[in-house]
Amino acid sequence: MKITSQDFVRRLPDSNVQFARGPAWSHRLRVDPILLLLLLVITCFGLAVLYSASGQNELMLRRQGIFFIIAYSAMFITAQLDLQMLRRWSVWLYLVGIILLIAVLLIGVGAKGAKRWVSLGFIRFQPSEILKIAVPVMMAAYFSARRLPPSLADVLMSLVIVLTPGVLIFLQPDLGTAILISTSGLIVLFMAGLQWRYIFGSLAMVGASIWPMWHFIMKDYQKQRVLTLLDPEADKLGAGWNIIQSKTAIGSGGLPGKGLFNGTQSQLDFLPESHTDFIIAVMAEELGLYGVLMLLALYLLVVARGLIIAFAARNMFNRLLAASITLTFFVYVFVNVGMVAGMLPVVGVPLPLVSLGGTSIVTLLTGFGLLMAIATDPKNTSVS
Amino acid sequence: MKLVSQLANWRFWIMGGLLCTLPISLIWHLANLQVMPNNDRGFEFLQSEGEARTLRSELLQGYRGVITDRNGELLAVSTPVKTVYANPQLLDPAQHDQLAAALDMTSAKLRERIRLYANKQFVYLARHLPPHEADKILSQGFKGVSAEIEYRRFYPAGEVTAHVVGFTDINDEGQEGVELAFEKYLAGTVGYKRVLKDLKGNIVREDGILKAPMSGSDLSLSIDLRLQYLAYRELKSAVAKQGAKSGSVVIMDVDSGEILAMVNQPSYNPNDRAVIDVNQLRNRALTDVFEPGSTMKPFTVMAALETGKYDADYTINTSPGYVMVGKKALLDPVDYGVMSLTKIITKSSQVGITKLALDLGVDPIRDLFYRVGLGQGTGIGFPGESIGSLPSRNRWHPIEVANLAFGYGLNVNAVQLAQAYTLIASGGEFKNASLIKNQQSASFDRVVDESIAKTITDMLKTVPQKGGTATRAQVEAYPVAGKTGTAHKVGSEGYVQDKHTALFAGFAPANNPRLVAVVIINEPSDGHYYGGEAAAPVFAQIIDGALKVLRVPPKRNVALAANVITRGVQ
Repeated sequence: MKITSQDFVRRLPDSNVQFARGPAWSHRLRVDPILLLLLLVITCFGLAVLYSASGQNELMLRRQGIFFIIAYSAMFITAQLDLQMLRRWSVWLYLVGIILLIAVLLIGVGAKGAKRWVSLGFIRFQPSEILKIAVPVMMAAYFSARRLPPSLADVLMSLVIVLTPGVLIFLQPDLGTAILISTSGLIVLFMAGLQWRYIFGSLAMVGASIWPMWHFIMKDYQKQRVLTLLDPEADKLGAGWNIIQSKTAIGSGGLPGKGLFNGTQSQLDFLPESHTDFIIAVMAEELGLYGVLMLLALYLLVVARGLIIAFAARNMFNRLLAASITLTFFVYVFVNVGMVAGMLPVVGVPLPLVSLGGTSIVTLLTGFGLLMAIATDPKNTSVS
Repeated sequence: MKLVSQLANWRFWIMGGLLCTLPISLIWHLANLQVMPNNDRGFEFLQSEGEARTLRSELLQGYRGVITDRNGELLAVSTPVKTVYANPQLLDPAQHDQLAAALDMTSAKLRERIRLYANKQFVYLARHLPPHEADKILSQGFKGVSAEIEYRRFYPAGEVTAHVVGFTDINDEGQEGVELAFEKYLAGTVGYKRVLKDLKGNIVREDGILKAPMSGSDLSLSIDLRLQYLAYRELKSAVAKQGAKSGSVVIMDVDSGEILAMVNQPSYNPNDRAVIDVNQLRNRALTDVFEPGSTMKPFTVMAALETGKYDADYTINTSPGYVMVGKKALLDPVDYGVMSLTKIITKSSQVGITKLALDLGVDPIRDLFYRVGLGQGTGIGFPGESIGSLPSRNRWHPIEVANLAFGYGLNVNAVQLAQAYTLIASGGEFKNASLIKNQQSASFDRVVDESIAKTITDMLKTVPQKGGTATRAQVEAYPVAGKTGTAHKVGSEGYVQDKHTALFAGFAPANNPRLVAVVIINEPSDGHYYGGEAAAPVFAQIIDGALKVLRVPPKRNVALAANVITRGVQ
């Protein structure tokens, strides 16, 4: 039997099968797989470093693991939100946050002279965590309903929105959180198209206000931190201790590091706050510059992914919110690493996803939940 | 597209620029800290800083050499003990009471101690605890409290060898006796190990030994602990019985000049020095000098014999029992009449020896005294040795010559006296005393003619015999030779009438001497202060016991004794 080429003629089946792909599983779950993967890698990385930094404390590791489960759950739940609904309710979220902040100042609890917590009897939480979400949401909602670029009245209004919680948190006092929350709001203002003249004008005002700030507003411990940054050697055993110790730990690591669990500065308690704010110094000592670069690369990939989501967003609210969340995350990383490396003053900012911390992780991943909601928004169409 | 144009303009570039430059500046900063070379505050500096915080050199104590007697019995040995110390910066004030209880001290005392060291990183809490007690304290987990191993000296023979061996202080450095004299030889050298310490000062890891500690050398003394015990026991009971102020006994080996026993009263327990009186610390046999009195008479006679003008039978008329030297009358107890030189020694005649000395002149006497080692160091190397004095004058008054002849006006220590008698016992050879086993040279200088030494020995044999001054020095089993001495003590206003030094120096067996013993009883208070009464019996007990310990065959029943020894071996 002779086979001819005609026997192998290809043909499509005679059916009406739809070839256009439906929404991917991740889209239907409203999850951005790239962002999720990056976050999970950082989380695992962070857990390993935390385990080492805590001196192989399994209890601490388990606690952090439970917080991560809660935080990822919060992220998935947040990702399901209808963003337009969030936009409409943003004012109420914001106002509840402000009221709670005032409550903190009146009936708050805390330690070391700082009142940061509100106790509801069965649970204690930091209202400033709510504002970390509420301020960018409120700002995005505000500008999404305005004509851009913003008018002077809008700019002033937005400054009130940003600075009210900023000042309230500053009064707790919690300078680090105040700066971060204000920054998250100002990023929205900037992205919304703030004109050059306002930027230069405010920069000039900030410059002019440094002197009265220093003399009348900043508390002694905050001044101390700035002075310490300028010259850590001046007070080696006091205020400069943290910085000198963290620099020593970082420098000790060298390029390849001493190996996980082998850091001497961190493992032997010479490094203060080694499992919270200064955890990157532990990593720098144990995993070396390679380890730090790898983690920073992962963070930058997260930022890049966030910006892609922001630019892919078709409406102004989504885009401003995504940009704010992403860039605030960037500021978090930069401020923390800069502070540990001695570039910036010591403000209490944890390293996202790595430092030990309960509520801050939940807040952070809630923010990423919003980012995922934006990435997978079914109504991703231009409103204007 | 309006949105894009609104946002993707200069704002985008500024954002992008910041997003690039900020991380780059961060990485640059980190790289400066971690890997950039030749940087003033770069990684090399930071790494050394890090090591300075964690790496410490710990001292490793070298084991101090043991001190043994000539037969290997331990006299001083180091045992490991633990010292508990703390870092005052890390102590928890809440635990002070509990810590004080664990340390067995009052809470107030501990707090005071911590307060004194409040600015320091180190304070001793309890030193030299038995290891199990230290471990018990550590097991309670006080913050900032640690322990280290040290060595503590232990002296198994206690007060019996206390003066010879001496002791070390709490830092294991010799303070007295052989421990001090041979400090360099005994002391180990410290070593170092590298350790990794955490902030609390706990040692986390040992990083190897930088320099190994060296053990000190062991030291064998010439002391025979059996004789030392014997001499100590007899001296202690004699001093107690006679109500004496102090006493010393030295036993020397005639063959080698090695000191087999050197004991003193009062003594002390070197293992518990909390209640020591400085009076007890002196090794009187070397540090205290006395006037040797009549024990010098044999040497005056020896000087006479050396001139060749005298022999043992040379006679001197001692009548009427006294002699005037200048304005001073020197007395014998009774008028001995005409005496031979031997008799003068037997009776210890003051008149006889005075007349001999004045006839002889001072130079031969002083010269001989010097040659037998008086007025010179013994070379024993013992800390605090006093070498005494042998006077040297351009012009000698007759009374001074007489005084020198019967042992006044010069000072000796017990070991010098023992050396001098060893010279007689060994037939005229001078042997430096030694406290170290087998350190003596093979040959000794002959100082006195052997026949003269033999003649003196024969004279000394008569002293313990009936009619001699020291019949109580006699022992049944061995012939002994020796000489008594009784010297008035010197007070602030010359010689004190009722304070005496009772002496006996002698050796045995007289015909083949093995041991020399010197017994000094200082200020006996029971009325019997003559050397023959106070010191001679002690000598007899010691020399008899010592020769038996050394299994020297006794003079009588030699066959029987040999039999016993043979059976003993079987």
